[in-house]
Amino acid sequence: MSPAGGRKAEALERAFAGRSLWADARVRLFRNKAAVGGMVVLAAVTLLALFAPLVSRYAYDAIDYSVVTCAPDWWPAEAACNAGGTHWFGTDTVGRDLFIRILYGARVSLAVGFVATLVSLVIGVLYGATAGYVGGRVDALMMRAVDILYSLPFIFFVIILMVMFDRNFYLLFVAIGAVVWLTMARIVRGQTLSAKQKEYIEAARSAGVSPFGIIARHIIPNVVGPVVVYVTLTVPDVILIESLLSFLGLGIQEPLTSWGVLIADGANTMEAAPWMLIFPALFMAVTLFAFNFIGDGLRDALDPREH
Amino acid sequence: MIGYALKRFLGALPTLFIIISVAFFMMRAAPGGPFDAARKLPPEIERNVKAAYNLDKPLIVQYGIYLGRLAHGDLGPSFKNKDFSVAQLIGMGLPVSMRLGLLAMALAIGLGVSLGIWAALRQNHWQDYSVMTVAMFGITIPTFVTAPLLTLIFGVYGVHIFGLELTLPVGGWNGGAVRNMILPVIVLSLPQIAIIARLTRGSMIEVLRSNYIRTARAKGLSANAVVLRHALRAALLPLVSYLGPAVAGILTGSLIVEQIFGVPGIGRYFIQAALNRDYTLVMGVVICYAALIVLLNFIADMIYGLLDPRVRLS
Repeated sequence: MSPAGGRKAEALERAFAGRSLWADARVRLFRNKAAVGGMVVLAAVTLLALFAPLVSRYAYDAIDYSVVTCAPDWWPAEAACNAGGTHWFGTDTVGRDLFIRILYGARVSLAVGFVATLVSLVIGVLYGATAGYVGGRVDALMMRAVDILYSLPFIFFVIILMVMFDRNFYLLFVAIGAVVWLTMARIVRGQTLSAKQKEYIEAARSAGVSPFGIIARHIIPNVVGPVVVYVTLTVPDVILIESLLSFLGLGIQEPLTSWGVLIADGANTMEAAPWMLIFPALFMAVTLFAFNFIGDGLRDALDPREH
Repeated sequence: MIGYALKRFLGALPTLFIIISVAFFMMRAAPGGPFDAARKLPPEIERNVKAAYNLDKPLIVQYGIYLGRLAHGDLGPSFKNKDFSVAQLIGMGLPVSMRLGLLAMALAIGLGVSLGIWAALRQNHWQDYSVMTVAMFGITIPTFVTAPLLTLIFGVYGVHIFGLELTLPVGGWNGGAVRNMILPVIVLSLPQIAIIARLTRGSMIEVLRSNYIRTARAKGLSANAVVLRHALRAALLPLVSYLGPAVAGILTGSLIVEQIFGVPGIGRYFIQAALNRDYTLVMGVVICYAALIVLLNFIADMIYGLLDPRVRLS
C-alpha cells in the first residue's frame, strides 16, 4: 500500500473510531487558544493564591511604618519613596506589602466565587430539574415565582442583606448564591423539558431502557453541558458582585481583603500612589478575562449544533 | 392591544407589591435602628421620638400604616435627613440620576448599534474582530475598575491631543456642568455599549442571511437601503427586549458611579440610607427603582408587540 493510502486508511479509521461527546468536546476545547490561555492564567492565579504565604516573605497584615505608600523599585514615574527590592508591587498606606495583599484578596475573591456558585448550582439544579421533570401546573407555578424574583432589583436586596447581618463574611456567600441561582434554574428546567421530549429518548424507551438509564445516560449528559458553561460564567459574575460590595465598604472587613477592597483603596489614593489601583485592577481584569475565555471555549466545545 | 396593555400593567402590580413588602421586612429585620446615635437619647425622649414615627407599634401595624400612606403617594419623612421628606430627597436626586442614566443610555444605544452593524457588515474582517475585542473588554471589566482608571488617565494625568490639554474634573457635580458629566456618562455606558454592540451584531448577521434580504438585494436595492430599511428593523428586535435589563444594569452602575464621582443622585442616597438605617429613604429609593424597571419592561413589551407583527398579543 502506498504511504498516502496508508494515511488515508488511518484517517478513515480515526473518523470511524467513534469518540464520546466529552472526548470530542475536550479536543475542541484544547484547540481553542483563548480558552487554553484562560486555563493557564486561572491555574497560575489559583496556585499563587493557595500558596501565598510561601510566595512572599511578608505577612498580609504586617504593618511597616518605614515604607508607607512606597512605589516598587522599578516604578517608572516619580514617587515619594521606593519600597525596596522585595516589595514587588510596592506598599499600601500603612506599609503593608501590596503583592501579598493582592494574593490574599485573590483567596477571598476566588473562594466567594466558587462557594457562592456552588450554592447557586445546588439550588438552581434542584429547582430547575424538579420544575422541568414534574411539568404541568407545578412547573408553571415554580417558573412564575422565578419570573417575579427576576424583576427585583437584586443588588439592592444584597446590600440590604449585608447591612442587616452586619457584614457577616459567611452570609456573603449565601446572599450572593441566593441571587444568582435564578438563571441556573431556568437553564436546567429548559434543558430538562426539551431533553424529555427528544426522539432519542423515545427510541431509548421503546428499546426498553429503564427510566433510571434514560435519566443517567441521556438526559443528564444533555443537561450538563449548558450548566457547565453557565457555571464558568457565573464565577466571574459572583466575583464581581463580591468586589462591588467590598468596594462600597459592605463586604470583607480589615485586615482581610478582597480585590474590591484593594481597588477601592487604590481609587482613593491614586493620585499619590497609582500602583495601589493599577495592580489589583490588573489582577482582577486578567482573572475575569480568563473565566470568560474558558466559558466561551466550553460553550463552543460542548454545543454540537455549532459544528 | 389596549386589553393586553391593561393586563400586563395589572400583572406588574403584584411584582411591585412583593418588592415593597420584601424590602420593608428585610430592612426592619436589620439590627439597630435609625436613632441609635453615638449619643444615647434619654429613654423618655427616645420613646417620644419612636412614637412620633410609629416605631413603637408592632411591625405588622407599621407595615399597614406604611402601605396606607404609600397608597396616597406619601413616602414619609426621612429619619436621618431632618426637615426633609423622602419625596423631597428623591425629587432632588432623581433628576440628577435620570440625566446621567438617560445620557448613558442614549450613548450606549447610538454607539452600540452603529458598532454592531459595522461589525456585522464586515463579519470576520479586522473591523469585526476589533469591535468584538473591545466589546469583550467592556463586558468583562467592571464599572468600579474603569471609573478609577479613566479618572487616573483623564483626570489626574490629563491627556494632550493635538496640543490641546484635556483634563477632566476628578469628581463632583458642579450643578451638572458638561465637563463633570463626561467621565460618569462614559463609565456608565461602556458595559452597555459592549453588550448592545454584541447583540446587534449577532441579530444583524442572522437577519442578513434571511430570504427577504436576498429578495431585496435581487431587486437591485442599494446596499444602504437593504441594511437601513429592511435589515435594521428586524435586527433591532432583540435589542428592544434587552431594554429592561439594560436599565437595571445602568441603575446598578449608577450606585458605583455616583459614589466614585460624588454625584448627588439617588444611588448615593441609597447606600448612605442603608448604612444609617434610614428606613423610609431606603424604601423610597427601592420603590423608585423597582417602578422604573417594571415600567421599562412594560414599555419594552409594548414596543416589541408594535414592531413585530408575528408576536400575538393575547
